[in-house]
Amino acid sequence: MHELALTQTIVEMVAAHAQGRTVKRVTLEVGKLTCVMPDALRFCFDLVAAGTSLDGACLDICEIDGRARCVACGQEFIRHAVYTTCSCGSLDFTRISGEELRIKEYELAFDGAAQIERGAA
Amino acid sequence: MCVTCGCSEGAKSTVTNLTTGETTLIADHHHLRVHGHDHHPHDHDHGHEYPVHEHVEIVPFEQAVLQKNDALAVRNRAWFEGREILALNLVSAPGAGKTTLLERTIRDLKERYALFVIEGDQTTTHDGERIRAAGVPVVQINTGTGCHLDADMVARGVGELKPAVGSVVVIENVGNLICPALFDLGERAKVAILSVTEGEDKPLKYPHMFQASQVVLVNKIDLLPHLKFDLNLCMANARKVNSEIEVIQISAASGEGLKSWYDWIAAEWRRVRDQTYGSVEKRI
Repeated sequence: MHELALTQTIVEMVAAHAQGRTVKRVTLEVGKLTCVMPDALRFCFDLVAAGTSLDGACLDICEIDGRARCVACGQEFIRHAVYTTCSCGSLDFTRISGEELRIKEYELAFDGAAQIERGAA
Repeated sequence: MCVTCGCSEGAKSTVTNLTTGETTLIADHHHLRVHGHDHHPHDHDHGHEYPVHEHVEIVPFEQAVLQKNDALAVRNRAWFEGREILALNLVSAPGAGKTTLLERTIRDLKERYALFVIEGDQTTTHDGERIRAAGVPVVQINTGTGCHLDADMVARGVGELKPAVGSVVVIENVGNLICPALFDLGERAKVAILSVTEGEDKPLKYPHMFQASQVVLVNKIDLLPHLKFDLNLCMANARKVNSEIEVIQISAASGEGLKSWYDWIAAEWRRVRDQTYGSVEKRI
């Protein structure tokens, strides 16, 4: 289950960036064709976040469609599976999206936000 | 039990040099240095005019989760290329015959190339011992609870192994057809092994791995007379997932087809030596 290792990395990256401030929400972008299960990430997240500055934070996952452009006919289409053919029958396509695994943003709690403000002042 | 990630004591990743017998711990076990909350005193006036509950701060981050692994993989790849080393990442389900194939390959090729092996398993040094008995330097990485090797483990393994310039480094990944697909190790190519006892639909059931691989070795073909296995269907399925994948039929036990596998290694090794990179690089 690589989702556990990935979740550990996510918590580690955000906690380091937030420098100990309390994080209330983390937003991820997960491509539908990457071999990562959003449910498994959610399952691991609460466990991994416990006792860190992300303890109790909410995990939002935006799933991204697998888009591709056919090399043969040029049309853009949605891939619903890793192996798909374009409606023209071609197997040759350029992958545009659907394999993301990215931390988009995170949200700091009041105390953290106040500290950032204080830091900027 | 560890309170940070719930792992057990036995979950630590280790590197064992089977030449010296030394085992070292891979210290960075994802544990966070930032535990708890750092309470700075609020001894000044913030001057907030709006309700506290509306005050949130969204911090844009936009970073790939695997960026650390990918950066280390780039470093490994450059290290291998600079030393004209052909690095291969062997991936398969457990029991497909990775170690048997490797033993046979070592026996047949160790006079031709300087061979070095990084063995990945969850626990035990059984496979590492088999490779050592076959007569080449080997490092065993135990991943603990981990289900895959990552670029950092390979960097540490290479640090122990110190492979020679112009050598062939074979990384035998943990037997798993899912997780290792996601983790670039810095190898030149992933070599998937699929045995005919597994069923011809394996490439469709585990498409990520076959998509990420440059070649698939269909192993145990000596058993075909005893099985209902449609070899052509299996090859068609592999190409459905990855139209550029090369398929080589072999039997590590009988030796059938191994010449084609060795020819493939020889061609890749020459490309690495001559720095003539082709289609493989486009895929990375």
